[in-house]
Amino acid sequence: MRRLGLVALVLAALFPFYWAIVASLTPEAVLFARPSLWPSALTLEHWRALFGERAFWLPIRNSLVVAGATTLLCVSIGTLAAYALARLEFRGRGAILGFILAVTMFPQISIVSPLYLLLRELRLIDTYPGLVLPYITFAMPLTVWLLVGFFRQLPRDLEEAALVDGATRWQTFTRIVLPLAAPGLATTAILTFIYCWNEFLFALSFTLGPERQTVPVAIALFRGQYQVPWGQILAATVVATLPVAALVLVFQRRIVQGLTAGAVKG
Amino acid sequence: MTDRRLAWLFVLPAVGLVALVAIFPLGWTLWESLHLHDLRMPWRGRPFVGLENYLELLGDPRFRDAMLHTLLFAAVSVSLELALGLAVALGLDRAFRGRGIVRAAVLLPWAIPTVVAALLWRFMFESQAGIVNAALVSTGVVEEPVVWFVRAATAWVPVVLADVWKATPFVALLLLAGLQGIDRSLYEAAAVDGASRWWQLRHVTLPLLKPTILVALVFRTLDAFRVFDLIYVMTGGGPGTSTEPIALYTFDALLQNLRFGYGAALSVVVFLVTFTLALIYIRWLGAGESR
Amino acid sequence: MASITLDRVDKTYPNGYVAAHDLSLEVADGELLVLVGPSGSGKSTILRLIAGLEPVTGGRILIGGTDVTALPPQRRDLAMVFQSYALYPHMTVRENMAFGLRVRKTAAPDIERRVGAAAGALGLEPLLDRKPAQLSGGQRQRVALGRAMVREPQAFLLDEPLSNLDARLRVETRLELASLHQRLGSTMVYVTHDQVEAMTLGDRVAVLDRGVLQQVAPPMELYRRPANRFVAGFIGSPGMNFLERDGTVLGIRPQDVGLLPADARGDDTLPATVRIVEPLGSEQVVHLALTDGAPLVAVAPPMPPVAAGTSLAVRLPTEALHRFDARSGERLEV
Repeated sequence: MRRLGLVALVLAALFPFYWAIVASLTPEAVLFARPSLWPSALTLEHWRALFGERAFWLPIRNSLVVAGATTLLCVSIGTLAAYALARLEFRGRGAILGFILAVTMFPQISIVSPLYLLLRELRLIDTYPGLVLPYITFAMPLTVWLLVGFFRQLPRDLEEAALVDGATRWQTFTRIVLPLAAPGLATTAILTFIYCWNEFLFALSFTLGPERQTVPVAIALFRGQYQVPWGQILAATVVATLPVAALVLVFQRRIVQGLTAGAVKG
Repeated sequence: MTDRRLAWLFVLPAVGLVALVAIFPLGWTLWESLHLHDLRMPWRGRPFVGLENYLELLGDPRFRDAMLHTLLFAAVSVSLELALGLAVALGLDRAFRGRGIVRAAVLLPWAIPTVVAALLWRFMFESQAGIVNAALVSTGVVEEPVVWFVRAATAWVPVVLADVWKATPFVALLLLAGLQGIDRSLYEAAAVDGASRWWQLRHVTLPLLKPTILVALVFRTLDAFRVFDLIYVMTGGGPGTSTEPIALYTFDALLQNLRFGYGAALSVVVFLVTFTLALIYIRWLGAGESR
Repeated sequence: MASITLDRVDKTYPNGYVAAHDLSLEVADGELLVLVGPSGSGKSTILRLIAGLEPVTGGRILIGGTDVTALPPQRRDLAMVFQSYALYPHMTVRENMAFGLRVRKTAAPDIERRVGAAAGALGLEPLLDRKPAQLSGGQRQRVALGRAMVREPQAFLLDEPLSNLDARLRVETRLELASLHQRLGSTMVYVTHDQVEAMTLGDRVAVLDRGVLQQVAPPMELYRRPANRFVAGFIGSPGMNFLERDGTVLGIRPQDVGLLPADARGDDTLPATVRIVEPLGSEQVVHLALTDGAPLVAVAPPMPPVAAGTSLAVRLPTEALHRFDARSGERLEV
């Protein structure tokens, strides 16, 4: 009984992907005439066009650069902040933690236009920094929040032992805390990367053309000459899903830990 | 270097950056919402008009509709996600072979861009090429393929389904973590006392799961309120504006109609609603948890 | 090695909880002082205050005569053995022991020599390249000790180092610690809730109750002349018997109670009934009730065996009685 339920669950979760893969390999004509679960004819036409005429390599490159840069920036700066918030005593700590939590709840739409004007002033519209900067609004709080959770899970007396042994705070941080928190850092980086990769509103608002558009924007804006090019769109969705799917498959335990460590304790 | 000084040194870059790119613009939005600023009519300049934008907003039927859409969407989606998420979590609670695979499979919908999810479901509900119609017609449930996106009532179905499909994994994982924190011996004691599975669920599991459920509720409601990507791609707010949520209306006012002042007022309202909800929940959560 | 002085130390937490109140204590150079008391008595807090892991809210702490109250832990030159051992999980035993020296930029050959010496003294040589996860509880405890020894600090602080060991290992390790102290002649502050450890290890023992020092004295003096009712009841097992008589509390240890036949008479004799007997092999613990129902515990030789329900008389020899003021609990001299 349970087994049946689990199978149904996995099917429900994966069916849309299966369908997208099948449809992306089905010629246009067959697709619109007679959709069926089993592919009758197969073609690579959509895939070829995706990387040929559509030059889908561009959005992939853009997404990689933006997500990668944002993750790198936020994890390095965020780690320091998170350690201080998790372990060091200072006045204002509670306020800053609350501040970070509050910013994670910002609706992006509320800051789109001032950010647009700011980026325009700085001549950063349609550039890489022009996306990384706005991404900080959600990536940094996320990073800090997750890392605080991970640092708090480390046993306190390890750091105390290091202090009594004669290590300065900095030495304790670099030689004891960081090595032990490395798995947590990896998880944080993965989750941050995924969030950046998936972001849509800012990428839509702050880029102008295919040179800097990210994958979600590029797919959403696919336009065909006569009708919606579903074959190519679905091929694109498969491509957009692959890196994320790979990350999830390999790191699923870590990802689950990270999500719940930060969230369950509130 | 004292702990205190080091702490501030560590914290300042992150907090400074966030303040720059989040707080500053928010303040600007607030300020802007008190002005008339329509880029289609540049000759009018940018005069200070106080709360005029807000008054217009309150009488704006499109705004009221958008709020209604958002509220209903949030209520329906979140309820479904909680119910399904709980079922999935209960199902995954025991260790079994292949659990990792199941978890990875279930995580995938959560991990992909919302845009992708929107497109996948949009395609499945396509009138001609959609697999849903094909199934409905071939099993005889309907005679003609349903044109889902031409009427608001039917357009909401794929939208809600897509959101539930995408968000349930997160809820399920959260609840699963909560479930695994419950002491097994409580169930064993209940079983020895003769309690049925159902009774155990109602009287042991659910009460102890309450804090986790609340957390899931907070996250999901806030996300549902801010919904944008999904509807932009699936229906564009249409037909007309009949599926338009508040975030999409704001986007429209700002970047399509270039009514910056009015759009800013809408932004502030979205922010306030979200924030108030968050505060209510946090207070509720804080009161519920034993300190 | 150095002396440690606590001069009128206070520790109050922001939520109002008082962990230590007006506490003054001297640990002599080379002495092993035990801080003992029930949980919540503040003994671990005091250790942490000495280590500098928490700041005092009043008073001073001196090490070797120098005021260290404002110094952070890394500058106090103390070594601490934690209750959980706190071994760095990602480092080998060797690296764990060398950490304190590496952090102070000690020369490599010196580090090698000192780690080798400490490892030798504790029998850790075969374990030097293992990680803590691969060690047993007893081995980890010794590594924690070794890590402290290698530092050659001014004093050692030990926070319930034996409480995570099983009973047999605890006894063995206790003896090892005692001989280690003799060999090194080091100043040690040792925290425990176990009064047997306190009595057997301490040169002097400090008894604490809710942040207030009750008595500091060599073990035997604590046993024979407890300064107040709390100390009297805490030291010694089974605990001292207390009887109230006209505003005075009389105390007598179970070992000093004599069991006589029911018809015995005398100034210091009372009738009693046996409730429960716990035969321990080497002795019997006899739980009695006096005529007014007040309980009394006596420890008797194993033979002849006493039966529950028997009527007896108990003798409370005057010279074995302790007297305490009923209100203040202070010891009253006869």
